[in-house]
Amino acid sequence: MANSSTQRSRPVRTLVVFAILSMVVPFAALLAGVYLEPKTDENPGGASLAPGLALDLQGGTQIILTPVSTDGSEITDESINESINVIRQRIDSSGVAEAEIANQGGENIVVGIPGEVDQATIDLVSQPAQMRFRPVLTYEMGLPAEEAPADESAEEGSEEEATEDSGDVDARIAEEAAEVEPTDPSDLAQITPAVQEKFDALDCTDPNNLVGGGGDDPDLVLVTCANDGSMLKYILGPMEVDGTHVTTASSGLVPGPNGSVTNEWGVFIEMDAEGTEQFRETTERLQGLEPPRNQFGIVLDGLVISAPSLDPGVIISDGRPQISGNFTRDSAATLANQLSFGSLPINYEVQSQETISATLGSEQLRNGLLAGLVGMALVVVYSLFQYRTLGLVTVGSLLVAGVITYLSIALLSWGMGYRLSLAGVAGLIVAIGFTADSFIVYFERIRDEVRDGRSMPMAVERGWRRAKRTVLAAKSVTLISAIVLYFLAVGGVQGFAFTLGLTTIIDIAVVFWFTHPMLQLLTKVPFFRDGHAWSGLSPERLRATGPRYVGAGKVSTPAPAGAPAADEPAPEPALAGARAGVAPTTDASGRRLTIAERRAAERRAAAGPGDGPPDDAPGSPRTDDAGSGENEENR
Amino acid sequence: MAGSMTFAQWGNDLYTGRRSYPIIAQRKIWFSIVAVLGLASIVILVVKPLVLGIDFRGGTEFTVNEVSSTEQSLAIDAVHEVLPEDEPRVAVVGGSAVRVQTEIVEDAEAAAITEALAQAYEVDTADVDQSFVGPTWGEAVSERALWGVVVFVLLAAAFMAVYFRAWRMSVAGILAMLSDLLISAGVYALVGWEVTPSTIIGFLTILGFSLYDKMVVFDKVRENTTGVLDQSRNTYAERANLAVNQTLVRSINTSVVALLPVAGILFLGALWLGAGTLRDLSLSLFVGIAVGAASSIFLATPLDVALREREPKYREHTERVLAERRALAAGGGQEAELAAAAAGRSQLIPGHHQGNAAQPRRKR
Repeated sequence: MANSSTQRSRPVRTLVVFAILSMVVPFAALLAGVYLEPKTDENPGGASLAPGLALDLQGGTQIILTPVSTDGSEITDESINESINVIRQRIDSSGVAEAEIANQGGENIVVGIPGEVDQATIDLVSQPAQMRFRPVLTYEMGLPAEEAPADESAEEGSEEEATEDSGDVDARIAEEAAEVEPTDPSDLAQITPAVQEKFDALDCTDPNNLVGGGGDDPDLVLVTCANDGSMLKYILGPMEVDGTHVTTASSGLVPGPNGSVTNEWGVFIEMDAEGTEQFRETTERLQGLEPPRNQFGIVLDGLVISAPSLDPGVIISDGRPQISGNFTRDSAATLANQLSFGSLPINYEVQSQETISATLGSEQLRNGLLAGLVGMALVVVYSLFQYRTLGLVTVGSLLVAGVITYLSIALLSWGMGYRLSLAGVAGLIVAIGFTADSFIVYFERIRDEVRDGRSMPMAVERGWRRAKRTVLAAKSVTLISAIVLYFLAVGGVQGFAFTLGLTTIIDIAVVFWFTHPMLQLLTKVPFFRDGHAWSGLSPERLRATGPRYVGAGKVSTPAPAGAPAADEPAPEPALAGARAGVAPTTDASGRRLTIAERRAAERRAAAGPGDGPPDDAPGSPRTDDAGSGENEENR
Repeated sequence: MAGSMTFAQWGNDLYTGRRSYPIIAQRKIWFSIVAVLGLASIVILVVKPLVLGIDFRGGTEFTVNEVSSTEQSLAIDAVHEVLPEDEPRVAVVGGSAVRVQTEIVEDAEAAAITEALAQAYEVDTADVDQSFVGPTWGEAVSERALWGVVVFVLLAAAFMAVYFRAWRMSVAGILAMLSDLLISAGVYALVGWEVTPSTIIGFLTILGFSLYDKMVVFDKVRENTTGVLDQSRNTYAERANLAVNQTLVRSINTSVVALLPVAGILFLGALWLGAGTLRDLSLSLFVGIAVGAASSIFLATPLDVALREREPKYREHTERVLAERRALAAGGGQEAELAAAAAGRSQLIPGHHQGNAAQPRRKR
C-alpha cells in the first residue's frame, strides 16, 4: 500500500490500488475458484458465489453418538458433559464451523454439523481416547532402518515381511513376556528379542505408524512412536497409572520459586486419590533410575504424546505433577487438552447419521433480512439529510465495505469452511453502525476544521490527522474484544468474534484507503472545495455567526448567510453563561459589539435605573451557563 | 431542535462553546439517574430473573416419524395450540421425520403436544417420540465465554489506561460499561423474553460498542484537555464539558445510524412481520446501543471528571483557575469573556488582548 506521503499527493493511485487489491483480485480468485473447483454435492469444500451457511440457516448432518464405557464403569451425566466438551473441542479445532452439540435423554450425544459431513469428520468425532502412563525403557530416533542401504530390493522384501509378520511378532512378544518375570515395570529384562526386533523395524517417519488407535494391552510392553514431531520411538513398560485418574490438566506459566511467575510454559496435572498413590509409588522408583529409565511415557491412543523425565530425588506425592521445559504457549495447551481428553474411559458408538434441515424457517429469516434492509435504507436517507452530498461518500463507503465483506466471507467459506449463521448475519447488520461511525467521526472533525475557518483541503488534511487517531484507538478496543473472544470462547461466541474482527479490519481499511482518498479527491471538485450549500461542508452553514478572528490582525464579520441571525430568538440566550439584564453584548442582529460599543452601552445602563455593576462575582461559573431547561434537547 | 436553528448551526454553537449544556456540572443528576436505573435493574433481575431458553436449560424434543408432509409451520402451529408463548424449533431429519424442540414441558402438556403434532401431520400418536434434550450451550460454553469477557475487559482497561495515560479514565469507562450492561439486562428481564445464545451475542456486542463509544468520546476529552494544567483559563471540568458538547452531534448521528437497522429488525421484523428468531438479538442490541451511547456522555465523562478532581494536581489547578477568575471578575473583567471561559470556549472572542501568556510559545 502507498505510504503516507504518496497518499497525500496521489489519492487516485491509492484508490485504484485499494480497489484492485481488495476487490478485483479477490473477486477474480473467487471466480477462478468457482470455475475450476465448483461447489458440488461431491465436493462440498469447493468455491461458490454464495457463502456457506451454518446449521441454523442451511441444515446439515445430525450424528447421534452413544458413549460406551470401556472399563465397565457407569456413564454419568458428568462424563457425558465431559464428552460433549471433548467433541466440541475436536470439532472446533477442525475449522470455524459452528456445531451444535447436546445431550439427548441423558444417554446420547447429538452432534449437528453444518453441510455434508465426510467419514473423516465422523471418525474424528467418534474416536475413542485412552491414555496411560508407562515407564520408558529405552528410546532412539525412529528413522527408517538403514542397515542394508546397498540392497534396496532386500529392504523392500524385509519391509513386506515385517508387515506380514507384525501379527506374528506381537504374538511372540506376548509369549516371551509370559516367560519373563519382571521385578518391576522398569525391568529391562522385558525387552525380549521379539520386542527388540519390533523396535528396530519401527519407522516413525511413516505416517501409518503415527495414526495411533487404542488397543494397547496395559500389561505388556509397548513399542511405539511419539506423535509430537520428534521422530523418537520408544519401548515402554506396562501401565503404571491409568489416564482416567487424571482429574484435570491445564496449561499456564510455571510459577517461580518464590511465587513469582516465570516466562516458561508448563502443563499442570491433578490426579484423584488412587492415581496420586500410584503416581507416588512410581515416581519413587523412577527418580533413582538412570536416563532414559527415569522418564514417563504418556501414551494417548497408543502414541507417546510426552515423555517427561524426573530429576533425581523428586517424589511426587501430592498427585499434582507438572511438566515443563521447551513448551510454547500452544504446545502446552495442546498437551493439556490431550491429557484431559485422554482421561475419559469412553468410546463413542455412532447410532445414526442423518441429514437435518435448517432450524429457522426460511420465511422468518427473509422477513428479518427485509426489515434490516428497510433499516439500511433509513440509514442512507439519514446520512443524506445530515451530510447532504457528503452523505453519498458514507453510502459509497458502506457499499465498498459491504462488497469486501461479502468477498471475504465467500473466500473464507471456500478456504477455511467458514459458515454464516443467523448470529453472524445480525453481526453484519450491526457492523453497519460501527463502520458508519468511522465516517461520522471523520466528517465531524472536518466540519470542526471548517468551523475554525480552514479551507477545504486544509480541513480535510487536519481533520483526517485527528480523526485517524480516534478511529484507530477506538477500533483497537473492538479488535481486542474480537481477538480475545475468538481465542478464549467456543462455539457460537467464537463465530461472532470472527465476524466482528473481520468487519473491524475491513472498516479500518475502507476508511484509510477509500473514504479518505475519496475526500481528498472531492476537495479538488469546485462543488465541495467552495463549500456549496448542498455539499454538507458549506462554511456559511458551519461557521458561527458573529465576527471572528481570521489572522493577521483582521476580524471578519460575515453577513450571516441564510439569514438565521434574523431568526435568532433574543440577543443573549445563545451566548453561553451570559447573564441577561446586565449589559448587552450583542446587537439586534446577533453580532457581537465592539469594546467601545459595549462600554457605551454600559454607561447608558449605569445611568439608567440602578443596575448593579456588570459582574456579580461568578462564584461558581460552571453551574451558571446555559439554561438548564435545555437539557432535554441532548438526547 | 433549538427553535428555528438548523442542526448544523446547533452543532456549530456546540463546537465553539457558544451554546453549552452543563453536562459535567450537573453530574450529580446523571449519577442519581444511573443509580436509580441500576437499582431498578437489580430489583427487576431479582424479582423477575432472566428466563433461560432451551439452549441453556435443555428442553423437550418430539420426533414425528413417517410424515408425509415436512411442512415446518404445521409443527409451529401445533405447539402454539398448547404453548402459545413458546418459540419451538423445527427441523426435518432424514427426509421423513420432523424434529420439534420446545421448552421443558409437564407430562400433561407433552401429551397434548404429542396429540396436536400427530393430528397436524396425520400420523398415529405412536409415531411421535418424546425425549429430553440437553442444553447445546452447556456450562462449559458459558464459562469459556465469561473468561473471554473478563480477559477482554482487563485488557481493554489496560489499553485505555496506557492510551490515555490515565487510569482514572479507564476506570470511568469500565464502570460506565458495566452499568450499561446492567441496565440492558434489566430491560431485557422486564420484557421477559427468553435468553437465547443470540441474546448473549447481543450483550457481548453491547459490551464492545459501549467501550468503543467511550473511547471516541474520551479521545475528544483527551484532545481538549491536553496541557490543561499549563494554562489558567479553564478548568479540567470545563474543558471536558466542551469536549462532551462538541461530540454531541457525533454521538447523536452515530446512535441514529447504529440504531436504525436494529430498530428495523426489532420493530418491523420481530413485531410486525413476526420474525421471532431475531427479536431477542435486536432487543438486547437496541437497548444496549442507546444506553451505551448515552452513558458515554452522561456517565463516563462526568465520572472521569469526578475522579480527576480527586487528584491533587487537578484539584489545585481547578482552585487556581477559579480564584484567578474571581480576581478578574472583581477587577471588572468582561462578563462575556468569563462566561465563555467557563464554557470552555475554544475560540477567543475578538476585541481583547489576551495577555502575553496567550502568545504562541516555542515548542518544548
